[in-house]
Amino acid sequence: MKHLINDRHSLIEEMIEGLVAAYNGTVVKVDNVNGIMRKEIKENKVTLLVGGGSGHEPIYHGLVGENMADAAAIGNIFASPNPEIIYETAKASHRGNGILFLYGNYAGDNLNFDIAAEMLEDEGIKVKTVRINDDVATDDIDGRRGIAGLFFAVKIAGAACASVDNLDEAFRIVSKAVSKIRSMGTAFEPGIMLNTGKSTFTLAEDEIEIGMGIHGEPGVEVTKLKSSKELVGIMLTKIINDLPFNKGDEVALMINDLGSFTNMELLIANKAIAEFLEQIGIKNLYTHIGKVSTTMDMRGFSISLIQLDEELKKYLFTNANSIAFDFHR
Amino acid sequence: MIFDVATCKNMLLFVANGILSNVDMLNEADKLGDSDHGSGMEVGFTAVVKKLSAQEFTDLGSLFKSCGMAIMMSSGGASGAIFGTFFKDGAKALENLQQLDSTSFSEFLKLGLASVMKRGKANYGDKTMLDALKPAVDITAANIGLSIGQIFKLCAQAAKEGSEATKNMVASFGRMKNLGERTLGYADPGSITVALIFSYMSEFTQT
Repeated sequence: MKHLINDRHSLIEEMIEGLVAAYNGTVVKVDNVNGIMRKEIKENKVTLLVGGGSGHEPIYHGLVGENMADAAAIGNIFASPNPEIIYETAKASHRGNGILFLYGNYAGDNLNFDIAAEMLEDEGIKVKTVRINDDVATDDIDGRRGIAGLFFAVKIAGAACASVDNLDEAFRIVSKAVSKIRSMGTAFEPGIMLNTGKSTFTLAEDEIEIGMGIHGEPGVEVTKLKSSKELVGIMLTKIINDLPFNKGDEVALMINDLGSFTNMELLIANKAIAEFLEQIGIKNLYTHIGKVSTTMDMRGFSISLIQLDEELKKYLFTNANSIAFDFHR
Repeated sequence: MIFDVATCKNMLLFVANGILSNVDMLNEADKLGDSDHGSGMEVGFTAVVKKLSAQEFTDLGSLFKSCGMAIMMSSGGASGAIFGTFFKDGAKALENLQQLDSTSFSEFLKLGLASVMKRGKANYGDKTMLDALKPAVDITAANIGLSIGQIFKLCAQAAKEGSEATKNMVASFGRMKNLGERTLGYADPGSITVALIFSYMSEFTQT
């Protein structure tokens, strides 16, 4: 397979330069480290700092923007950023009112962000942490992976951090939002990691893996290809029962392309999803279909649902701008 | 061999270069995960070589702390944070000391182990680097009367056996934890690195 890469060792640097350029002046790279931040962050704003490994573009670094993240710490492919990157990016984007760290629940990220948080606290900078753990395919709640549901978490966090006046309030809202998000993905074909040229995992010609993680971590089951109705039924049943979502709930839906699924397939999935939700009396207020949290060029998709209340709706439906996603009502 | 600050610095450089010569093997050992444990250690120990070579140290505490900080701050990934913590926090036992002996090395190991367990939240038997580290800590504590050279040799042996034993454990941490029984038969990459560290320390005493 052909790829547009010049040198495996300069992938991240080139990607960051291209990303900053795409922001057309509103975002800058942090000096000396692989981090980016908004050029203009208001004094006394609660800073929202997101981050994680690269290889999942456009997230997390593409989520920087107005009423979205203020800054992003960028790790190497599928690896968490080191504490220096996080610390320097946090210092550069701090505006006197504390920092909310928001990232996916993975061992590497947890450890490195914690170390950076300790360093910042030692200097008197308040930090609070919310880890996104929406993947229902991992049964053990503490170990739950953060996958595409981060979309709702960052969208709501971005609006909340822009409007509240203290870190504790931002933490309360974002923690609540994360606790209401449930997701699951299914893999059809592996992708190729641009840094190694190797596949992310293996699947037989006629098999899919339900519940696979975004780095190729194993899921719930490897099974034969199914109809959209049957597959969506399996995925949504697990999602609905996990929270649980109840009849009469208001939700928002995100169907995420894991890399190279076709739009047509995503829409076919959405037909099955819409019918399922209607059948169980769940009211979907908003659908986003797109390439948000990818795993290189993996073929597959994930479903994310968030259970909404009036407060979460307010932040979800706030206008926002970023490279990954624009929202305007 | 007297383990003064200069000698310990040379030993840590020897260990770092030793790890750097095993990067491909460590990546291969991580093939059930992201195949990048070796690369993470490469970044970390390259930073160790750079940092230690550029400075003179006045005591063992600051030497080992620098080693830890170099790994911790540069690597990213879970292993970098854990190995960095081990050296950095273990170094507290060596503050103001000019010479490494069996007693101070034992204290260094104990503090380092406790700190790794606190940060990583793993336990002995979870198939992590702890399974190679704890046996080394235990055998050192039980043999304080021996010379430091003899202790390094015992540590190398104990850590190697501990790492081998991880082949019979099911992964509970890191990228491989969801693979369950598929991880049987494979040693934990972090435990291999621990065994290598002690092995190079022991080898250094023979130079």
